[in-house]
Amino acid sequence: MREYPGTRPGSQPEYLHEAYRATIRRAPAQPPIRLPHTRSELTGPVYGHNPIGPADHDLTRHFAEPPQGQRIIVAGRVLDEDGRGVPNALVEVWQANAAGRYRHAVDTHPAPLDPNFLGAGRAVTDETGNYRFLTIRPGAYPWRNHHNAWRPAHIHFSLFGTAFVTRLVTQMYFPGDPLIPLDPILQSIPDQDARQRLVSQFDVSLTEPEWALGYRFDIVLRGRRATPFEEGAK
Amino acid sequence: MSLIPTASQTVGPFFNFALTANPSLGILARAGARGERIRLAFRVIDGDGAPTPGDALIELWQADARGRYGHALDPRSGDADPNFHGFGRLETDAHGECVFETVKPGPVSDGGGAAQAPHINVTVLARGLLKPLYTRVYFAGEPANAHDAVLALVPEPRRATLLARPVAGQPDTWSLEIRLQGEAETVFFDV
Ligand SMILES: [Fe+3]
Repeated sequence: MREYPGTRPGSQPEYLHEAYRATIRRAPAQPPIRLPHTRSELTGPVYGHNPIGPADHDLTRHFAEPPQGQRIIVAGRVLDEDGRGVPNALVEVWQANAAGRYRHAVDTHPAPLDPNFLGAGRAVTDETGNYRFLTIRPGAYPWRNHHNAWRPAHIHFSLFGTAFVTRLVTQMYFPGDPLIPLDPILQSIPDQDARQRLVSQFDVSLTEPEWALGYRFDIVLRGRRATPFEEGAK
Repeated sequence: MSLIPTASQTVGPFFNFALTANPSLGILARAGARGERIRLAFRVIDGDGAPTPGDALIELWQADARGRYGHALDPRSGDADPNFHGFGRLETDAHGECVFETVKPGPVSDGGGAAQAPHINVTVLARGLLKPLYTRVYFAGEPANAHDAVLALVPEPRRATLLARPVAGQPDTWSLEIRLQGEAETVFFDV
């Protein structure tokens, strides 16, 4: 019995995508073994280690001074496959600073660190699945995948959803970025529509006058609440 | 309406200041947790046998010592151990290693048929992984392994890749190597 439908062909990357060189020695050679969904897969992490603070969604207020860069609002809805909002979902984000540098010991890109920017935030969706972050637009950064390789500007997203099988880690991109067609990570997704859904949309209704540009990014997690999955209810 | 789930992308190499900055995420068993306390050590290696230095992370999801998940869909969750937290997350260190402090899970009942052997559900995320890898940890020498329906799906010669083993000279410590690719490649599951 599989309570969560499988993924549509082409909508997810394969493990091996040679243009992204790190996959060559990390992608398993054997096909995965299909698992029936047991109580272990239908339940899933309930994140309770450290509660979300009221300012965790505002990456511009983690220090006394504001960070360098273009202030932006990133907001959207977390939905299931039936288009229903997923309430109370933890959304974790992280990103480079405006100069394209991560606050990470191994990021050696010679761009300035910003003492006023950590680049990590968290939020929980409201009762209709909405989330909202305030941050700055991240810069593009070079990586050594191939000659003259630059990642398009992106924000990393991590979500758990309702079950072990709904785990999602992805990246949000910005509309009109000329690096998008050149990026082996985004281009690893075979289906053009599925790739396009990782590109956020500028949204003037999210934009706040004299304050910040708004970008909308909706996220769809596996799961159909139309399917009854109260397997243990009795 | 039928929407297509959002595509996965790699967690990348630079996640640790966000996802694994809090080392207490490696401690699932708090003071007073029931059951047999164990340390569960992982080492993640790639197709060349090289460790994943700081750029992979492991997430655990497991039942408590009596086989109850702390989640509303487990009908016995109301009786789950309040001092046990079933989720854990750690990055691998420079040697590709990380160690969780947890309890040995109990057998998981599915409300019918044989209970599952004690196991821990594992998600591996890393630079170079465009989507998560899912696997399970079972415990070597556990008699219930012989009747586990999921282990039975795995060809016998590969089952050993899912078995944590006791570490000699370190009481209550179990270890498992996760080999992403190549000889004795770990069994991964399509969930
Ligand atoms: Fe990145």
